[in-house]
Amino acid sequence: MNLLLKIVLRNILRNRRRSIMTGSAVAAGSLALLLFGGFTSYIFSGLETGNVQRNGHLTVFHSGYFLFGEGNPAAYGIAHYRGVMELIHDDPILRPMINVMTPTQSVLGIAGNFTGTVDASKTFLGIGIVPSDRERMRGWDPYDTRAVNGLDRRMADSEESVGLLGLGMARVLGLCGPLRLKDCPPAPDTAAAQTPGTSAVNREVLDLADRDTGEHPNAAQGEPRIQLLAATADGAPNIVSLTVAGVEQQGVRELDDNYVIMDLPLAQQLVYGRGEHKVTGIVLQLARTRDMPAARARLAALIRQHRLPLEIRGFGELNPFYGQVVRLFSGIFLFMTLVMGMIVLFAVVNTMTMNVMERTNEIGTTRALGVRRQGIRRQFLMEGMLIGAIGAAVGSLLAIALSLAVNHAGLTWVPPGNANPIPLRVDVLGKPGLISGAWLGLVLVATLAALLPANRAARLSVVDALRHV
Amino acid sequence: MVPRVSSSSVVRLSRVLKTYRVGSTDVKALDDITLAIPANRFSIVIGASGSGKTTLLNLIGCIDTATDGAVEVCEEDVTRLSDDRLADFRSRHIGFIFQNFSLVPVLTAYENVEYPLILLGMTVASRRQHAMAMLEAVGLAEHAHRFPNELSGGQKQRVAIARALVKRPTLVLADEPTANLDSVTGASIIALMRRVQAELNTTFIFASHDAQLISHADDIFAIRDGALLEHRMETEQ
Repeated sequence: MNLLLKIVLRNILRNRRRSIMTGSAVAAGSLALLLFGGFTSYIFSGLETGNVQRNGHLTVFHSGYFLFGEGNPAAYGIAHYRGVMELIHDDPILRPMINVMTPTQSVLGIAGNFTGTVDASKTFLGIGIVPSDRERMRGWDPYDTRAVNGLDRRMADSEESVGLLGLGMARVLGLCGPLRLKDCPPAPDTAAAQTPGTSAVNREVLDLADRDTGEHPNAAQGEPRIQLLAATADGAPNIVSLTVAGVEQQGVRELDDNYVIMDLPLAQQLVYGRGEHKVTGIVLQLARTRDMPAARARLAALIRQHRLPLEIRGFGELNPFYGQVVRLFSGIFLFMTLVMGMIVLFAVVNTMTMNVMERTNEIGTTRALGVRRQGIRRQFLMEGMLIGAIGAAVGSLLAIALSLAVNHAGLTWVPPGNANPIPLRVDVLGKPGLISGAWLGLVLVATLAALLPANRAARLSVVDALRHV
Repeated sequence: MVPRVSSSSVVRLSRVLKTYRVGSTDVKALDDITLAIPANRFSIVIGASGSGKTTLLNLIGCIDTATDGAVEVCEEDVTRLSDDRLADFRSRHIGFIFQNFSLVPVLTAYENVEYPLILLGMTVASRRQHAMAMLEAVGLAEHAHRFPNELSGGQKQRVAIARALVKRPTLVLADEPTANLDSVTGASIIALMRRVQAELNTTFIFASHDAQLISHADDIFAIRDGALLEHRMETEQ
């Protein structure tokens, strides 16, 4: 073994207790960074997965929709959207990147339940989707978050008048009882308090709604129906009937209280009536998130090339909450990294300063034998570096063991923006970049911390060092 | 191994002044010292405590620098050398034996003796051969793998002697090498140094008040208050 390394290792062992204490500080820093980093990484993966499952990676809108179209989706529809989808689908660069491409239609209007004992209505924020595409999108889980359990067959492409509501929406419309929902109180009977003539108007609304959409076969089996009223693109009132197959709770209350998911043709019928059916957006879910910049660039090139009045938005732009959470946790992680770095820095500086003081005479001896200043500096730097390396390695192993224990403990939690609990996981082992980054960072901090005492040792006068007792 | 210096004087000091600053006053440790120490001899610097013996040895050993004057060691004007060049010079030409042994505590006796050879860039095989031969010469081959804290005072000083001599230096400097040893052990150490000096034909320069050691000296340099009082030659060159 190299003599320098031998001297360094034996000196670390010589001051065993001190080295263990310092190494423990480094290990604790490494453990905390990796566990929090692993948890943060899992949160990011979970958020990304949830967003991509719902909204895809990229959405193509009519120009101006992102800034102005939310208030009037009908005015910002993409005409000839099938042609645009074909253009994207046939592109040899985009095709291998795309997992699912599906059109969506946003709808704003009033939802009402006039069929039972409850006479309730409220504004809604609806989305028309292709159920089979939605199911394929829900299966996107490259990080193995297991956020979605099983298939949801409540909607089908063939059953155009079947949809889902947010839990809050279902509660307000008095559907807790008919849908047999847990933790959802039934609405009080308001039919008796109706003003005269109201029931006649309600019957007319029901008749109008059924005339266009026809009665869904499930309605006969007891699934409740609601009526959706909206203004068409031409400004005329339109109404359709939606059979509610269940609820899909949303993590944000404002959305949950207003949310309606329906089949794309029903949404189009509501917005465009008998006119040309357009869509609000064309959603692209990619196979891999890292292809987003390339896919976006290619889409932009296609749009420019064909002079289409379209714009592209990523899921982060559509859901600012994602970026806010990422920035929040990144900030906390950075702060924690700084705190841990400072703790390691001071621990190593303290230990190495004591080591230099205790070995002053030894430094004088080796300098007298012919060791250069640089040799002394190197010895103490290597000592700090080794303490850091061993401590960080122990911390990494502990973090991996603890993360595996947590991952197998069956714990669950509800992440921000989610409505349902998902498995709690700390993703350390699957993040070699995080492990190596934390290890290298802590070794670097420990080495830098040793630099000051090492320089002091190297600058010692040989005579003064030999005189030191 | 290092080439021998052919000149008859291995050390030449000319009008050397060394002052230390204590508070706001300069204290003269050496005052206008001019001397020449002959090669391949057993020379001793004597004087009372604080007379400047150790300072003189430090200047000769190139671990301290003179305030004024010229210091020539092994025909090299060491006052002109940079710190790194001085370190290289020490590693090639000078061996040290300290009063408190000053072995590296985390290295075995063998590794302590091997250390100077590593600084010279010798191969592993060559280092092993020379280090073991030197440990045998000082009677410690059996204790080669013991650490300093497993050795007695006399054994530690033997290891220190082996470490100083293993590279066959031109000059060995020993500051009070017997001060921390009992008289019997001190006598055996002196005998050992005398023997290896004769065998290796090396220049030994001591600073000491040990009467036993003085009795073995070829040359005696007496200093008082930093000034050279006399140079007495006990044996012919």
